Amino acid sequence: MAKPRTVMIDGNEATASVAHRINDVCAIYPITPSSNMGEFADEWSARGQTNIWNTVPDVIEMQSEGGASAAVHGSLQAGALTTTFTASQGLLLMIPTMYKIAGELTSAVFHVSARTLATHALSIFGDHSDINAVRPTGWGLLCSGSVQEAHDMACISQQATLSSRIPFVHFFDGFRTSHEVAKIDYIEDDDLRALIDDELVRKHRERGLSPDHPVVRGTSQNPDTFFQAREAINGFYDACPQHVVNAMEAFEKQVGRAYKLFDYVGDPEAERVIVIMGSGAEAVHELVDHLTAQGEKVGVVKVRLYRPFSVKHLMEALPKTTKRIAVLDRTKEPGAIAEPLHMDIVHALAEARSLGISPFATDPLVVGGRYGLSSKEFNDGMVKAIFDNLAADQPRNHFTVGIVDDVTHLSLPVDDDYDIASDKVFRGVFFGLGADGTVGANKNSIKIIGEETDNFAQGYFVYDSKKAGAVTISHLRFGPKPIRSSYLIRKAKFVACHQWVFVEKLDMLAYAQPGATFLLNSPFGADEIWDQFPREVQEDIKAKGLKVYCIDATRVANETGMGRRTNTIMQTCFFAISGILPRDEAIAKIKYAIKKTYGNKGDEIVQLNYNAVDGTLANLHEVTIPAEITAKTSRPPIVSKNAPELVQRVTSVMIAGKGDLLPVSAFPVDGTWPTATTRWEKRNIAIDIPVWDENLCIQCNKCALVCPHAAIRAKVYDPAALEGAPATFKSVDYKAKDFAGKKYTIQVAPEDCTGCQLCVRVCPAKDKSNPKHKSLDMAPQMPLREPERINYDFFLSLPEVDRTQVKLDVKGSQFLQPLFEYSGACEGCGETPYVKLLTQLFGDRALIGNATGCSSIYGGNLPTTPYAVNADGRGPAWNNSLFEDTAEFTLGFRLAVDQTRKRAIRMLKNLSADLGDTLVGELINADQTSEVGIAAQRERVKALRAKLAGKTGTDAVNLAHMADFLVRKSIWGVGGDGWAYDIGYGGLDHVLAMGRDVNLLVLDTGVYSNTGGQASKATPMAATAKFAMGGKSITKKDLGLMAMAYGHVYVAQVAFGAKDSQTVNAFNEAESYPGTSIIIAYSHCIAHGYNLADGLDHQTAIVDSGAWPLYRFDPRRAAMGENPLKLDSKPPKIAFEQFANTETRFRMLQKTNPERAKKLMIDAQRAVTARFDVYKQLASLSYGSDGGSETN
Amino acid sequence: MDLKTQYLGLELANPIVVGACPLGTSVDSIRDLEAAGAAAIVLPSLFEEEIMAAARTAMEIESAGAGFAEAGSYLPNPDGYHIGPGQYLDHLEAVKAAVKIPVIGSLNGTSVGGWTNYSKKMENAGADALELNTYLLPFESDETGAEVEQRTIDIVAAVKEAVSIPVSVKLSPFFSSLPNLAKRLEAIGADGLVMFNRFYQPDIDIENLDVVPNLRLSTADELRLRLRWLAVLSAQTRMSLAATGGAHSAVDVIKAVMCGAHSVQMVSALLIHGPDHIGRTLDAMRFWLTDHEYENLAQMQGSLSLAKAENPKAFARANYMKMLDSWEM
Repeated sequence: MAKPRTVMIDGNEATASVAHRINDVCAIYPITPSSNMGEFADEWSARGQTNIWNTVPDVIEMQSEGGASAAVHGSLQAGALTTTFTASQGLLLMIPTMYKIAGELTSAVFHVSARTLATHALSIFGDHSDINAVRPTGWGLLCSGSVQEAHDMACISQQATLSSRIPFVHFFDGFRTSHEVAKIDYIEDDDLRALIDDELVRKHRERGLSPDHPVVRGTSQNPDTFFQAREAINGFYDACPQHVVNAMEAFEKQVGRAYKLFDYVGDPEAERVIVIMGSGAEAVHELVDHLTAQGEKVGVVKVRLYRPFSVKHLMEALPKTTKRIAVLDRTKEPGAIAEPLHMDIVHALAEARSLGISPFATDPLVVGGRYGLSSKEFNDGMVKAIFDNLAADQPRNHFTVGIVDDVTHLSLPVDDDYDIASDKVFRGVFFGLGADGTVGANKNSIKIIGEETDNFAQGYFVYDSKKAGAVTISHLRFGPKPIRSSYLIRKAKFVACHQWVFVEKLDMLAYAQPGATFLLNSPFGADEIWDQFPREVQEDIKAKGLKVYCIDATRVANETGMGRRTNTIMQTCFFAISGILPRDEAIAKIKYAIKKTYGNKGDEIVQLNYNAVDGTLANLHEVTIPAEITAKTSRPPIVSKNAPELVQRVTSVMIAGKGDLLPVSAFPVDGTWPTATTRWEKRNIAIDIPVWDENLCIQCNKCALVCPHAAIRAKVYDPAALEGAPATFKSVDYKAKDFAGKKYTIQVAPEDCTGCQLCVRVCPAKDKSNPKHKSLDMAPQMPLREPERINYDFFLSLPEVDRTQVKLDVKGSQFLQPLFEYSGACEGCGETPYVKLLTQLFGDRALIGNATGCSSIYGGNLPTTPYAVNADGRGPAWNNSLFEDTAEFTLGFRLAVDQTRKRAIRMLKNLSADLGDTLVGELINADQTSEVGIAAQRERVKALRAKLAGKTGTDAVNLAHMADFLVRKSIWGVGGDGWAYDIGYGGLDHVLAMGRDVNLLVLDTGVYSNTGGQASKATPMAATAKFAMGGKSITKKDLGLMAMAYGHVYVAQVAFGAKDSQTVNAFNEAESYPGTSIIIAYSHCIAHGYNLADGLDHQTAIVDSGAWPLYRFDPRRAAMGENPLKLDSKPPKIAFEQFANTETRFRMLQKTNPERAKKLMIDAQRAVTARFDVYKQLASLSYGSDGGSETN
Repeated sequence: MDLKTQYLGLELANPIVVGACPLGTSVDSIRDLEAAGAAAIVLPSLFEEEIMAAARTAMEIESAGAGFAEAGSYLPNPDGYHIGPGQYLDHLEAVKAAVKIPVIGSLNGTSVGGWTNYSKKMENAGADALELNTYLLPFESDETGAEVEQRTIDIVAAVKEAVSIPVSVKLSPFFSSLPNLAKRLEAIGADGLVMFNRFYQPDIDIENLDVVPNLRLSTADELRLRLRWLAVLSAQTRMSLAATGGAHSAVDVIKAVMCGAHSVQMVSALLIHGPDHIGRTLDAMRFWLTDHEYENLAQMQGSLSLAKAENPKAFARANYMKMLDSWEM
C-alpha cells in the first residue's frame, strides 16, 4: 500500500470531499456549522469537478432544510445517489422526511456537523442534542471523532447504506471537528471507486421510480396492515451492524485504517472504562494512553455505530475485566431516567445477560454523565475527574463535568492544573482581530508545517460573538505524533498578540507556560514597550520568565503596501522566533505558501505579501526585561462600577472571556435576561471617531439616523440643563422653530463608536472656506476617548425630549431615544439603522419577534444585548424563536396582546361603577394613533391603577395586572431575506393573509449574511454569491408585489441611504396601519463586497438604477378611492450595470466569466426596466376618485 | 489613392489609428473599427495603480467581516477571480486573434517596477507595439522639472530594456523643452511620440463644494497645439510621431500628416459618430488628395514641418506678435 497523500483540511472539507465524489446530487441549505460542506460541494461543482463516475454532481440550494430533505427524498426515489449537509434545527426540519426515507429502505447519507438545539437559548456550537432527536427515525447513526475519521466515515457510511439499504446520518462534532484543521491521509478517487460497489449503486438505481417499470410507494395503510408491514423491515436492522462491519473491513483493506463498531483503547484488563462518542473520545483516548503508561487499568470505548445499536459488538469491545463504566452523553434529556447513550449501555448489559452473551461474571457498575454541551471544553483534567469518580467508593451517577453546578451539585470536581501536555508538542495561541487576517495566516502556518514537515498539526479557532471588532484566538499544535487533544490550549509555548489594544483588555498571558515566548504587534519600540504594559502583564512576564519580542507590524504593513493587514508580518515573526523551522527555510516556505494562496488571484497580491515578509525581520526586536516592575497602571475594570449587580457579577465575567468559570447558580433558569446591557461593555474598537463642529452643523440629524450603533446622538434641551457641563462639552442654540430657545448637541459615544464613517459621509455641512472640513470629521480616538467619555456621560444625563412634542420625521425621530444601542453588528452595518429607528419610534411599547440570523445575533447574543430601556424602564421586549417561524411567532404576540386587552376591557366594564364611566369610556375608546394619545392613555392607566389600589376583588386584581395592555402595543417581526423570502415565506405569507395588526420588517441584504453570504431568492440577478458562484440567473423575487396582491397589506420598500424621509414615513405608516404591514428594507452588507463606509452611496446607486424602487402601498388610500401605491423613487437615472460595477459581488463574475456576466447584465437590465415599468403602471391605475396617482 | 504610412516600424494602410478608449474594450467593436478602415488600434490603458489598489481591496474584502464563527468569509472564491492584468492580457490575445491590423497595448503608471513587468506581459500576449502613458502630474514643490523629465526617461528606458517590440511615449504638452525631452527619449531608444495626453480636467460642483471628475470629448480646436509641436519635432527627430486630441475630420488628419504625423489617433469623433466615421474620413481624404493631385500620402508627410514650411516663423513666437497685431487692427 503506497504512502497516502496527506492534506491539511478541516472536518467539513474532509467530509464534503468524499461526499461530493460519491453522490450524483446534493440538495443543500446553509446552517452553521455545516454550511461549509455545502459551500465546498457547490464550489467544486461550479469548477466542474466530477464524482468518481466522471459526472459533475448537481448541487442545488433549497429554501429550507425541509425543502432540502424533500429534494433528497425525491432524487433518491428517482434513483440518484443523493446527500445533504446540515445540523441542529436543520436536521430537525428533516425529521418527517427521514422517517419516509428510512421506511422505504432507501440508501442515503446525511452528513451532520452535530450542533446544539435551541432551548433556553440558541447556540451555534456543538453537542449531540440534534443527533439524539433523530434516534427514532430509523436511520443509522455513525459517528466520527476527528477530522480523519470524518473523512473516512463519510465513505464507510456510504458503503454501509448501499449494502444495508438503511439510510445513515454520518455525524461529527460541530466546530470541534467540523472546523478543526488537521493533517489527514487523503482517500483517492481510486480508493473510493474500489469501495463503492457499482453493483449496489445499480441496485439502488433499479429501486428508483421509473415509468418503464412502474411501482407505487407512499401508499396509505389501514389498521389491518400497517403494523405488520412496519415489522417487515426488521431483518434489515438486524443485519445492518454486520454491513457496517463489512464496510469497515473493506475500508481497512483498501486504505489501511481500521475501525470497529465500538473501538476499544486501553489496558486489555481495564477495570474502569469510559464509553463516549465524538471528539471527546479523542481526549479520553489521549488520557488513557497517559494513564495506562503509568500502569492504570483504564480504557475507553469509542462508539462509532450508535444506531442500529449492536449489543453483541459492544460486549465484544468491553474488556471482561471491566468493573465500572462511565457513559458520557453530550446532550441533555430533561426528565429522562438518564441520557440516551447511558440508557443504551445499561440496557445493553441487561440484554446481553438475558441473551447469554455477557462476558461479565458480575455486570459492571454503570454511571452516566453529561459533558461538553454547546462545545463546552472537555479536556484531560475533566477526563481524569471521571476516572477518579469511577475509582471512588460510591461513584457519582448522573453527574456533569466541565462546569461548576452549585445548585443541584451534580458536577464532578476537576483539578484545573491537571495537564498532560507533552513537551514534544508545540503549542501556540494567537490573539487577533477578525479583519486583520490572523486566522487566515495561522491556517497558512499550520498548512506549511503540516504539509512541508513530518509533523502532525492541528488548528482550532475561537471567535467572539461580535461582528465588528471581533477577537479571534487561534490555538495551534504541532508534534511528531497524531494530536488527539480535542480541547483548547492552556499552556502555550508561544503567545502572540496581534493587536496592541488587547494588552489592556485581555488576560493573554494566562495561556503562557513558564519560559514561553510572547510576541506583540506594538506601536511602541523595544526600548519603550515595558513601561506601556499594565502591571498585570509586567508581573506575568517576570513571574513566568517570558521572552518578549515586539514589532510595529501596523507600520510595516503600511510601508509595504499591505494597508491594515498585519497577518503576513506577524506570521513571519512567528516563524522567525518560534524555531519550528530554520529561519531561512521558514521564510522560503511562507513565500511558497503566499504564492499558493494568492497565485491564482494575481502576482500583485503575491508581491505585496512578499514585500511584507521582506520588510519584517529588520523591524522585529527582542525586549530586554528590566529588573523591576515599573507599571503605574493596572488593567481597567471590565465594566463600570455603576453597572447593575447582575452585570457586575455575571456579564462582566463573560466579557472578560472567563464565562467558563461561572457556576450554575449565576444563571437565569429559563433564559430570561435583563435588556440594556451593551451599554456596560465598552469595546473601544474605533481607531478614529467623528468630531462635531457645532458651528458648521445644520442640525439635520442625518448622522444620528444612519449610525448603525446609536453611537452618535442628537439632543435638544433647556439651556438650564447645561449647568455643570464638562469643559469640552459642545452645545449650540437650536435653529428651528419647533424647539425655539433650546440648546442642541450632537454627541459621539467614543467607546461605542466603531469608526464606520457613515455619519461623516452623510453629513451635508461643509466649511465654505475649506470644504474638506465638515461638521463631522474623523479624528483619532485615543486622545479623545477620555474627554468625550465624560462628555457622553453628561449628554446621557441630559433630559430626553418630550415625545409628544416631536414631529416624527427624519430630524424629529432622531431626538427620540434609541432603544437599540451599541450592538455587535459589523461596522457600517446597513440593517441596524432600521432596527434602531423602529425602537426610537415605537420601542417603548414594542414586542419584537426576531428570526435567526444576523439580526438575532447582534440583537441577542450574550454577553451583552443591545435592546435598551428608557428612563421609565420601558423598551422593546424581544425573543428569537426560530429561523423559519418568525412571522407566525410574532402573530402569536398579537393574539395574546389582543386577547389580554379584550379581557382588560371586559373587566373595565365590569368595574365601571367603581371606576367611573368616564375613565372607563376613555380607556376603552382612547385614540392612540399619536404620541400624544399614547401619553394620555398611559396617564389614564396610571389613574386606573390608583383607583384599583387596595381593591381585592378578582377583576380588580386581574385588571391591575393587565392594565398596561390598554396602551397600544406595537408588534414587530424582524428578520433577513433568508427568513422572509425563503425558509419563512410560507408562514410570512399566511400572516400577511390573516390581516392582523402585525408589522414585519425584512432586512434585505440579498444573501444569507449571517452564515457567510449564501444566495437567497432575494439575491439580485447577475450577482455572485455562495451557492450561486456562476452568477444568479433568475431575477430577485418581488416580495413586495406578492404582498400587495392581497390588497389589504401595507407594503413599503425603503432604502434609508437613498431617501431617509421615505423610510421614516414608511415606518410611521406601517405601524399606524391597523392591519398587517411589511417593510422591505434595503440593507447594504459586507457580503456585497465593498467598504461599508460607502454603503449610503450604494443605496443611492441601486435606487437610481431602478433596481430598488422605493414605494409605499397603503390600503387605506384604496378605501378612499385613491391608488394605494405611491412610487417614491424617480425613473432609473443610471444603468443597472453602472451600479453593479461598483460591487465585488457583480464584478466577480465579470472577471471569472465575462461572457456570462455580459449576458446576465443585459437580462438584469431588462428585468429591472420591466419591473420598474410595472410599478409605474400600477401607481398610475385609477382607483375611482383620483384618476391616477402621484409619482414623486 | 495610396494612404500607407510607417508608424513605429509598422506599415499601416492609412494614418488613422483608434486611440485608447472604451471602443477597445470589446472584440466585436474592434472588428467593426477594422472593417471601417482603422489602420491600427491602441487598446485602453492598463493602469498600474488600479491593479495594485484592486489587489489591496481583494485582500481587505477577503477578511472583511471575517473572525465570526458562522462565516469565515462573505463572498465565494471562484476560480479565475484574478486581480492582476490577466483579463487585459486575455483581451489583448483575443483581439489579436480577431483582427489583422496592428494592436498596440497601452500602459499607464508611475513606477519603474510595475511597468517593466506589465510591458513584457503585453509583448508576450502579442502586442505589436506599446504606448506608454506617463501621465505625471507633479504636485510636490520639491520635485524639479528636471526630475520629472528624468522619471519619464527612466520609465521608458526600463520598458525598452524589457521588451523588443516598438515603444511609443504619450506625452503631456507641459514640458519646458519638448525638443530636448524628445531628443533624450530618442537617445534611450523610444520609437515614437504620441502628442498629447488630454488630462481629465475635473469640474467643480458649486452647490456641493465638490471637485467632480468630468470627461469631455476633444474638439477640433485642440488640434492646433498638436500641429505646432508635430511641426517642431518632426524636423528634429527620427522617431515616429502620432497626433492625438482634436483630429475629427479628413482635413484634421491631413493637417497633422503635413505637420509630420505618421499616424493620427481618433477617439472623440468615433465616440460621437461611430466606427463608420473612419471610412467616411478616409473617403474624404482620398477625394482631397486626388483633387489636389497628390500621388500618395507619403508625399505630404512632414511637408509643413518646421524644416520645410514656407513660413516656419508662423509656428514660433513671431506668430504670436502677428496675431496680436491683427487683433489690434
